[in-house]
Amino acid sequence: MAFNYDEYLRTDKMPTLWCWGCGDGVILKSFIRAVDKLGWEKDDICVVSGIGCSGRFSSYVDFNTVHTTHGRTVAFATGIKLANPDKHVVCVAGDGDGLAIGGNHTIHGCRRNIDITLIIIQNFIYGLTNSQTSPTTPRGFWTVSQKVGNIDPTFDGCKLAEAAGASFVARENVTAPKKLEKVLLQAMQHKGFSYVEALSNCHINLGRKNKMQSAMANLDWIDSITLPKKKWDALPEEEKMNHLPTGILKQDTEAPEYCEMYKEVQKAHQGLRGPITPDEFKKKL
Amino acid sequence: MSATREIISSGNDLAAIAAVDAGCMFFGGYPITPSSEVMHTISDLLPKVGGTAIQMEDEIAGVAAAIGAGMAGVRTLTATSGPGISLKAENLGLAQMAEVPLVVVNVMRGGPSTGLPTRVSQGDVAQAKNPSHGDYKSITVCAGTLAECYTETVRAFNLADRFMQPVFVLLDETLGHMHGKAMLPTVEEVKAGIKPRKKFEGDPADYKPYGVAQDEPAVLNPMFEGYRYHFTGLHHDAMGFPTEEIETCRKLIDRLFKKVDAHRDEIESNEEYMVDDAEILLIGYGSASLAIKEAVNVLREQGIKAGLFRPITLWPSPEERMFELGQKFDKVLVVELNQGQYLEEVQRCMGRRDIEKLTKTNGRPFSPADIIEKVKEL
Repeated sequence: MAFNYDEYLRTDKMPTLWCWGCGDGVILKSFIRAVDKLGWEKDDICVVSGIGCSGRFSSYVDFNTVHTTHGRTVAFATGIKLANPDKHVVCVAGDGDGLAIGGNHTIHGCRRNIDITLIIIQNFIYGLTNSQTSPTTPRGFWTVSQKVGNIDPTFDGCKLAEAAGASFVARENVTAPKKLEKVLLQAMQHKGFSYVEALSNCHINLGRKNKMQSAMANLDWIDSITLPKKKWDALPEEEKMNHLPTGILKQDTEAPEYCEMYKEVQKAHQGLRGPITPDEFKKKL
Repeated sequence: MSATREIISSGNDLAAIAAVDAGCMFFGGYPITPSSEVMHTISDLLPKVGGTAIQMEDEIAGVAAAIGAGMAGVRTLTATSGPGISLKAENLGLAQMAEVPLVVVNVMRGGPSTGLPTRVSQGDVAQAKNPSHGDYKSITVCAGTLAECYTETVRAFNLADRFMQPVFVLLDETLGHMHGKAMLPTVEEVKAGIKPRKKFEGDPADYKPYGVAQDEPAVLNPMFEGYRYHFTGLHHDAMGFPTEEIETCRKLIDRLFKKVDAHRDEIESNEEYMVDDAEILLIGYGSASLAIKEAVNVLREQGIKAGLFRPITLWPSPEERMFELGQKFDKVLVVELNQGQYLEEVQRCMGRRDIEKLTKTNGRPFSPADIIEKVKEL
């Protein structure tokens, strides 16, 4: 029997505002299937989004939902999670939202290793606002703010997340929805900050001016620049830089989670234990 | 509230203590002079009662985390100074639009820009009225004594939950760092006076968080309790979902004003000191009023009948009372540590422009002598 998405969707908000053929719908459906597999109660989930096409994600799912300001998704989610450490908090942001204007919050969410899942919908462009350069726009691509070709170096969000301290980092591609579902499920199960970059197409505002006028052409291009991590690892260095590895890129189950650590702070202030000392941390620096 | 408990503390510490006594369970902030002590103190107090205090990566995140906790349903605080408010402004706008209760303590220092970080000013009074873009109605209270750093913070939490929006508590460097005796109400009295936000208890199918009377705030149930709805900074419908429907948009902004304007009596608070028989009216607020009061006392000893009108709620301003006083007094002097930010409001409320001002923007507080000298010139 076909999967029934309606149980999790706000069906009265359909159709979505996303363009025909947009990959965001694949991410939405993969996310819903992952939640369903987890068996979480709808009331126990909060989805927080920012500004951009990804910002509308929260309004389509029948959970506790928050549409915040541009880039601040993880910061709002941190307050929601700390006030409710037993609930599930998932952030959805775009590449501009989460890596440009909100880069600082992404870094520090990763660093704290707070138990939040951040899904970055990475479509290499500012889609909603009509094709401005994003931190992930490939060099040489046409953008409306760099019409002779983008010169800005690109940002690898997964490397950033790894370096900043996220304990789960993964990347998947909307052409592989089953894999995406699996990675999202693992990310949400993971205790700690999980960063999932979901590569998506924007044939309207990325593809149209970059020789990928259809959704399929844009998706084919994404396929051509992605490789499963094992295969990517085997690439020569000069090819690595022009390909993105997919799959789980980091998983550290030992790293202490922030809400759990804060419980120790509460205990210390309540006289239930002594002060927190460097000896308690495997990684001190 | 009665004043039965003696405590020796500072203004910043008293604001933190008041927050916890008022049931605040979350603090999100960032270090900034001269308000940091609020964070220092509350980060000791909150975990003791099972709450959370977090130092975020920047001012923007500090208020965002606090608003997030407020959306989730707990009483929440952030504290900062003017530059921090500038950074928090956008998210404060979201809290106005989505009607999320929150208390924001601003310990004012000299500005603009980095200004005079360790020196006093009342330069953020105009900012408190409209820190963010767009139309909304701010509520701002201003402590004038050490005790009020406590009692006004408590009141701010109740106002935030009553009107479902951010409420500013203005302190300033002088009050924030002033250390002394304050007579406070008991914790029991404060706790008994807590008026939590309204909750919808009926069938979730009948729940419309933003579908309320045109002069009432949204009724936002805590998250995770079976009443699922949507928060957004976009114009939104009764369930919180984005809309551009003309009448819904008009009514939303109209309501953000009416919910405050229709209930000014619940918000307004003033002190009148020797006003009844006065011949010259001084208007001042915050720490400046301490020097003004002393000046009034000295002037009266010298046979000059001065009186002080001190708005404690600065926004919305006490329009009616200021109009009456403007009719009664020929000589009115506004005293403030800025170039006349509230003077403009006094002129508007009194409907006249012939109002004297004594202002100071060099980072130093007024001395009573400054004020006495000015009054004698009038």
